Amino acid sequence: MGHTLFDKIWDAHVVQKVEDGPTQLYIDRLYCHEVTTPQAFDTLRDKNIGVFRPEQVVAMPDHNTPSDQQERIDDPVGRKQVETLAKNCAEFGIRYFAMGTKDNGIIHVVGPEKALSLPGMTIVCGDSHTSTHGAVGAIAMGIGTSEVAQVLASQTILQSKPKTMRINIEGTLPQGTTAKDVALYIMAQMTTSGATGYAVEYAGSTVRNMSMEGRLTLSNLSIEMGSRAGLIAPDEITFEYLKGREYAPKGEAWDQAMEAWKQLYSDPDAVFDKEVTYRAEDIAPRITYGTNPGAGIAIDECIPTLDEVPEADRTQFLAMLDYMQFQPGQKLEGTPVDYCFLGACTNGRIEDFRAFASVVKGKKKASNVVAWLVPGSWLVRQQIMDEGIDKILEEAGFELRLPSCSSCLAMNPDKVPAGKLSISTSNRNFVGRQGPGARTILASPLVVAASAITGVVTDPRKLRP
Amino acid sequence: MKQKFDIIQSTCLPIKIDNCNTDLIIPARYLASTTRDPQFFGDAFMHDLRFDADGKPVADFVMNQAEYAETPKPGIHEIIIGGQNWGSGSSREHAAWAIAGYGVRVVISSSFADIHRNNLLNCFVLPVIVSKEFQQELFDTVEANPQAEVRVDIPNQTVTNLTTGHSETFDINGYKKYCLMNALDDIDFLLENKDKISAFEMAR
Repeated sequence: MGHTLFDKIWDAHVVQKVEDGPTQLYIDRLYCHEVTTPQAFDTLRDKNIGVFRPEQVVAMPDHNTPSDQQERIDDPVGRKQVETLAKNCAEFGIRYFAMGTKDNGIIHVVGPEKALSLPGMTIVCGDSHTSTHGAVGAIAMGIGTSEVAQVLASQTILQSKPKTMRINIEGTLPQGTTAKDVALYIMAQMTTSGATGYAVEYAGSTVRNMSMEGRLTLSNLSIEMGSRAGLIAPDEITFEYLKGREYAPKGEAWDQAMEAWKQLYSDPDAVFDKEVTYRAEDIAPRITYGTNPGAGIAIDECIPTLDEVPEADRTQFLAMLDYMQFQPGQKLEGTPVDYCFLGACTNGRIEDFRAFASVVKGKKKASNVVAWLVPGSWLVRQQIMDEGIDKILEEAGFELRLPSCSSCLAMNPDKVPAGKLSISTSNRNFVGRQGPGARTILASPLVVAASAITGVVTDPRKLRP
Repeated sequence: MKQKFDIIQSTCLPIKIDNCNTDLIIPARYLASTTRDPQFFGDAFMHDLRFDADGKPVADFVMNQAEYAETPKPGIHEIIIGGQNWGSGSSREHAAWAIAGYGVRVVISSSFADIHRNNLLNCFVLPVIVSKEFQQELFDTVEANPQAEVRVDIPNQTVTNLTTGHSETFDINGYKKYCLMNALDDIDFLLENKDKISAFEMAR
């Protein structure tokens, strides 16, 4: 029987299988950010041990960094957390990309764009959106702080092997539909726990034709279906993306790496524990209406009526709508929005800014809207300027901010005030996620751009040129 | 936080919220702490459901109701019965620290998010997966009588509703069971296996 892509990478990293227990898995790359690591470094100090393989660890702050200026962090608690990461990296000899320097950005944007994440690797980080890096053909998983300490101490981790699932998406995506919409569609189909216990591989012609940025968006959202890992077999698009990037192998090393990477696919006779197929033509630009990412609809649909919701789910459905201040059966198109956010590890890449600019070019931002346009890294920001996208945004009344997790979660100044409605390219619409009491609609960069122009939830396909 | 597991028999705190994500268990603003202070994280547990924007207790939230308000101690509220897909979303171990810091030792649900489940185990809180039917029975029993006790027997891997006498077995691998019963960390196991790690690196 053939092997799945996941099996191939997993099997190549098994240090040992513990009897009647988990697998000790070797980790190629550990990423550290400021929020989930201070206590892990404390564990090392408590045990009086060092970092086992510091050269395989890369650290950068991203959650607490402000997006308006990066001279300082005003909040003393957030500042201390970032300073703690810097100190820990200096003490333990870990590569550190400081806030405000050209190397910095959101870990899940920086890792792939610097080719620190490569095909065939095992990658972990104390962050659930680590699944992003799976798009280059790697096993990439979010872990907890105790597990960060384990990897710092031993470059290995104890994990039970998940089941495997292949999600095929076939065909051509309709106009105005993006990787973000694909992910939101899958979540709505299989719920936010539909892939719990599984590692997902995305396949099919839609995925094969997707850009690297689109694939990173898709893999990023795997965790919102419950899957810790979302892999995509590397191909010419992957290799083309990685080649020449800062930490990519060079010369002969590149050729050798390519030989190995070309073996990274699921064998034709590989069997998955579960396999599902969706048709791209069924997918449209989407928005969420509830407080989990699976509670979504196509943008021109109405929120389900109470009759359409299974009886067992009604209490939660009504609680979600109560928080969102929406009604069952309501159409959200045309609803006024207060905040628009473009960015995050989900949609903070160059392609997302190109998409946003393509919508707002020659138009003006609605005056009722506060817009935060936040590149995922300094490299992305530089490319935005190199391509003149910043000028297009500026002429349309938008300001380009500095790289940060920004308004994806309320750990820096970009908080949405209580009761305000935000339409956001981020990954979670949880209660209070963008700020206590903030209401969040998740959408693609195209939908957020169209809504930023009109000031109401807007289908980009209907926006007049 | 390290403590040996054997048998836990306690009244329960029913948190009947499906998809109770880790942002709800502990809001992001509490993540900026650089310590593992159990008191700090215990106080933050379910904070924004327990308290309104002015810091006043939300009267109708379960943890503020008289029969459930007592903080956990042996035999009292050491067990949470949670909704399905408990702990979804963010990988923040702070959510497990909040649960442990509050004093809870067992969370029972019909399903857990993968990362949170591992985090609970690493914080010496036992996640117990039961059938949806048994989960509902436990909710019904506790709602009818908040003094009702549930018994979680780790050596025998059983969870029993002492009111109805109904029981289910639960899964836990032998390695982790041994660790919990003897208060052992994964990291110590890994450090003992350094030679295997180096051998693996050499063989690549």
